[in-house]
Amino acid sequence: MKYLYFPGCSLDASAVAYDLSIKATAGELGIDLKELEDWNCCGSSPYSSVDELLACCVSARNLAIAEKQKELALVTACSACYRTLGKTNELLKRYPQLKGEVDEALAAGGLEYHGGVRVRHLAEVLLNDVGPHAIAAKVQKKLDGLKVAVYYGCQLVRPRGEFDDPELPQSLDRLVDSLGAKAVPFPLKSRCCGGSLIISDEGVALGLIKKLLDSASFNGAECIITICPLCQTNLDVYQGRVNSKFKTHYEIPVLFFTQLVGLALGKGTRELGIDKGMVSAEKLLTRYR
Amino acid sequence: MWAILIVLGIFVGIPVVVGLLLTAAVVWYNKSKTAAAEKALAQGGHGTSFVREMASMPGGEGVLQCIQCGTCVASCPNSYEMQHPPRRIIAMVRAGMRKEVLASNAMWYCASCYLCTARCPRGVKVTDLMYALKQVAYRHGFRYGPTGAPVMYRNFVDSVNRNGRVHELGMMMGYYLGSKPLAMLKMGFIGLKLMARGRSPLKAHTIKDKEQLAAIIAKARSLEAARAKEEVSA
Repeated sequence: MKYLYFPGCSLDASAVAYDLSIKATAGELGIDLKELEDWNCCGSSPYSSVDELLACCVSARNLAIAEKQKELALVTACSACYRTLGKTNELLKRYPQLKGEVDEALAAGGLEYHGGVRVRHLAEVLLNDVGPHAIAAKVQKKLDGLKVAVYYGCQLVRPRGEFDDPELPQSLDRLVDSLGAKAVPFPLKSRCCGGSLIISDEGVALGLIKKLLDSASFNGAECIITICPLCQTNLDVYQGRVNSKFKTHYEIPVLFFTQLVGLALGKGTRELGIDKGMVSAEKLLTRYR
Repeated sequence: MWAILIVLGIFVGIPVVVGLLLTAAVVWYNKSKTAAAEKALAQGGHGTSFVREMASMPGGEGVLQCIQCGTCVASCPNSYEMQHPPRRIIAMVRAGMRKEVLASNAMWYCASCYLCTARCPRGVKVTDLMYALKQVAYRHGFRYGPTGAPVMYRNFVDSVNRNGRVHELGMMMGYYLGSKPLAMLKMGFIGLKLMARGRSPLKAHTIKDKEQLAAIIAKARSLEAARAKEEVSA
């Protein structure tokens, strides 16, 4: 199955491990990812906080480039890219005046967009196009007994819930189970990690991150898996800050779901970028060597 | 090697005194800019009514549909930080309280988790309404306060406009310099740890066709300016 791949800016930097693990596992699962030619930042929430038209134009440049390969869906692994590119599609459909202006601006760059690109999240591709059964058949090393809190975050499931329930999603839990691991109950699985507030208002975001760690730990999770680069950064990089602020002692590794899949497929920790985590997963993973 | 040394110098080497002075200057500058924006807003002359202005923006239609049930407030993880939680903000927009709404910190605490939008019984896109409020506040000159968010967003957008992609390190440094320089010392350790793990490249990644992106943005800006002129004359 062939797709256009939109990595997004984080997968070049703070979430480089996400990119590594995707590239290490996709081929084996029959997912052929072709990177979108000269993609630019989707704009994310900061751009549309400043200017809607410009945000739409910046985001639509990617869609216009993608549309040249009409038959392919645009797949991203970042929830913010997924939401932003998807939202641009929705806005262009709903607001003709905005669409007219975006068209004119794109034309200034020699591009045009007719709304024909389907934006998908890699997690959804793995679940619906590959499927837990096919993945289970490829498992080399069962992650028997590994207790995992599956963290969906916000922008994959909301606002519309086209992929799964907007508040209590279940689908990725099944994927985790197919690897031999056990998805623990995690009531806060789609609650906010604070997003970019971690930069502009750290205290507020740390409080939200603590609630997530509390819930995961209370339910016996040995690690958390995420599907979003910013969620991973907040939970992993700032876990130490939560500990010093709230006098807690959390040491919960936070992995990307593709890293967990890669482990079960028998890939090495370096190849999957697991050594790039701030909270080390070494101790946990010695069990599966 | 020299690059690491320079970054070390930038992150941990800045003496605390310089940091303090810089912080004071930045805080003063940001406050005076915010005060100027408030003053300009108080002078009025905005042409159309506030409700109409908001309702004409994508997502802003919600101000007319809201039944004031408060589901959004109860769902919002950050409403307790807001001077005016979402339900009240909508009521204030309806009451035409332009200055009070735009000068408040409410929308800047929205983290775009969309829980309010998913739950609203009237289908109000509360998150998008918050975006619209941020855009209007930004247009009225609230680019500095009342939280760090506007400065951070500005640095993010500048980074995209310059390179076509976000350079996380550059964006963060720009943000801390422009809002709380002293916090850079604290952040330095996290930055170094990220670098040690190859998670924070020094060099910005850029797109190939920067001219194309620049042409698109320039055109969008000119369309916007033309639209603003039309609105004032109408």
